[in-house]
Amino acid sequence: MECSTSQEGDYVIVTLKGEVDLHYSPEARKQILEQLKNNKHVLVDLSGVEYIDSSGIASLVEGFQLARSSKLEFGLVGVSDAARQVLELARLDKVFQIKATVAEFTEA
Amino acid sequence: MSQTILHKRFKAHTDQLKQLRDWVRESACKAGLADDRIEQVVIGVNEACMNIIEHAYNKDSGDIIFDVTQETGQLTFQLTDFAKAVDSSCIKPRKLDDIRPGGLGVHFIHEVMDKVEYQPSEDGKGNIIKMVITTD
Repeated sequence: MECSTSQEGDYVIVTLKGEVDLHYSPEARKQILEQLKNNKHVLVDLSGVEYIDSSGIASLVEGFQLARSSKLEFGLVGVSDAARQVLELARLDKVFQIKATVAEFTEA
Repeated sequence: MSQTILHKRFKAHTDQLKQLRDWVRESACKAGLADDRIEQVVIGVNEACMNIIEHAYNKDSGDIIFDVTQETGQLTFQLTDFAKAVDSSCIKPRKLDDIRPGGLGVHFIHEVMDKVEYQPSEDGKGNIIKMVITTD
């Protein structure tokens, strides 16, 4: 898994690529929660995710919950087919704000 | 008559999960499953293995045996561990309307597999999870 961050307007984009499994999800979780704790709105780019397991999904749920309690924005961008399949299995595809591009969040 | 497609023994560590997923893909492909079904099965076996590493072995080291067998109309994925026996009556999917991290793995397994069985190993030292899919 690769995990990187960038800034776009008021948002920090956390980009995850490759296979987000139990071996790597602690790094994804750390990055997501760290940005939120620094009071940043966070978008997680999942367009390059080839596989994500329940531990990766749990990191996204933690981010969603922390953002909500901190009154920050949290959304998912460009969700890959592999990630969407798992979000649907968890019935979370209607819970997260999901958009195709970062611009759809920043220009809203 | 069942036929063994794959038999592997590996360390119960998170760095082995990628290899396990590759084995699942390889054996499910050999058994003739469609691509979308293969990816569902990969999710189920991966989650079952995660549960063994995280909950059965906890922080202990140990081995896991992975077997894939095929017989008419069904394919069975079996994981055997050598950890302390787990009370299988406690392993249940949780309600999904409770939005919280964790506890999704068992739900995933039951959602993608046609039949799931938990049993203690024959000598009482360890656990077996059998996940069956119908192939007709």
